[in-house]
Amino acid sequence: MSGETHCGHCAHHHELEVSGVTVRYRGHVALEDAGFATSCGNCVALVGPNGAGKSTLLKAIAGLVPRSAGTIRWRGTGVRRWHREFSYLPQREEVDWSFPVTVRGLVEMGRYSQLGWWRRWRAVDDEQVERAMEVMNLGGLEKRQISELSGGQQQRAFIARAIASEAHVLLLDEPFTGLDRPAQDNLSGLLRRLAGEGRLVIASHHDLNTVPALFDEVLILNRRTVAFGTVAEAFKPAALEAAYRARPA
Amino acid sequence: MPAWIHDLLSVPSLARSLLAALIIGFTNGCFSAYVVLRRGALVAGSLSHALLPGIVLGVMVAGKLTGWSSFLGALFAALIVVLASLAVSRVSRLDQGTSLGVIFTVAFAAGLILFNYIPGEVKSQVKLEDYLFGDLLMLDASDVWVAFGVGMVTLGLCTALQRTFLVTLFEPSVAAAQGVPVRAVQYLIMTLLVLVMVSALRAVGCMLSLGLVVAPGATVFLLTNSTRAMFWWGGVLGAVCAAGGMVIAHVTNLTAGAAITALLGAVFLLALVFSPKSGLLFRRGRERAAAR
Repeated sequence: MSGETHCGHCAHHHELEVSGVTVRYRGHVALEDAGFATSCGNCVALVGPNGAGKSTLLKAIAGLVPRSAGTIRWRGTGVRRWHREFSYLPQREEVDWSFPVTVRGLVEMGRYSQLGWWRRWRAVDDEQVERAMEVMNLGGLEKRQISELSGGQQQRAFIARAIASEAHVLLLDEPFTGLDRPAQDNLSGLLRRLAGEGRLVIASHHDLNTVPALFDEVLILNRRTVAFGTVAEAFKPAALEAAYRARPA
Repeated sequence: MPAWIHDLLSVPSLARSLLAALIIGFTNGCFSAYVVLRRGALVAGSLSHALLPGIVLGVMVAGKLTGWSSFLGALFAALIVVLASLAVSRVSRLDQGTSLGVIFTVAFAAGLILFNYIPGEVKSQVKLEDYLFGDLLMLDASDVWVAFGVGMVTLGLCTALQRTFLVTLFEPSVAAAQGVPVRAVQYLIMTLLVLVMVSALRAVGCMLSLGLVVAPGATVFLLTNSTRAMFWWGGVLGAVCAAGGMVIAHVTNLTAGAAITALLGAVFLLALVFSPKSGLLFRRGRERAAAR
């Protein structure tokens, strides 16, 4: 699936190129010279041992952590910090679930980046919010507070927020963690659908057994890129052994 | 007609106090939503102690205790304490909560020491209790104008920047990545906190100003899933309790600040027990429904 893929709904070739990305936290190297290139329409798994830099890479692409070195190019243009077409979905433990926001309120937040600080809420914003909730099967849950949802529903609500923001690249941090099998299958189907519509889905993932069923491409990471390619090409025992045997530097 | 209604209609100073109570209660109540969402009650508590040296300084410089002298003095002291706590937490291993714990007690002690140096003729006009517990029934026109000005600025900014505040409070890192100047927004929220607390100072004193800027938001938080409802209903609750507390204080000769805070505490307790969403009384029913 990698290579010359065209976006399903805008008929353009959208490529994401990540090269030489290095991230340092207080002198500690979390990610060094990591890179890969993929395009819209794909579901990409980021796998690697704990501390391999999976979340850091997602956050670096999303612009949540500064890069010490490296470039990120989207549709041929360099991305310095944040790009409106990127949306990051945090790990469960990073979310304040007690925050008084309903599913609808959360999805509406997706429109804030389009609206800016001052612009008034418009009919088109309502339409985008309702469409995003429909795509993510959130009907009937609009008024629920986010902590009153199941794990799968919570993931879907955050993905709906990304869709409402008209994001093209979804950066998901461990979206399948804590989900039971039916919820995992349901979320997987929805992510496939989003990729089929031309979005690029990149998700960190720790369950190696489910990688072939859930993803098209895989990036095996241990601070650096160990292997990258389609699941058939790159998801090999030798590469996994190299990544998981080596302690994070 | 009950005597207290007659008094409110016929005594201008009482009507002025009621107006001030409504303005201060509404502004503090609205803003308390952000204090609760920011988990900033500890910071607010620290600030309430830091206001004392500021008021004393204001009195020493102005030569008398007025709405403006206490407002400017307390504002100055509160900003110094907030900046000092941020600086200490940045340059040492201590977090901001710990550094605030040290700094606010030191600031309070400094206020008590400074109080002894207020010139005799000024000191005879005011008592330490006036600073600590305020007196809503003794407010003058400048206090009402300060409360009104702070209310307009605070509510105006909170309404205009509602989206920015919410995103920053919910997910600061995502807000930063979207180009929101998160640190500036957090400083702005802190500055507004100082402003609303200082505006309540002459009414309820520095010790009880914390109640007005935390309890309404905390109460509505137990009842709603909407940040907008928290903001506006927090304002309504703050205004009703401030006005109600003032009337109770007038009728019973209690201290107004204490009556207001006790009223807020009673409503909070009711919400804690009876809230359909999170009340202790319905907890078992909710757990059963969730298990089904």
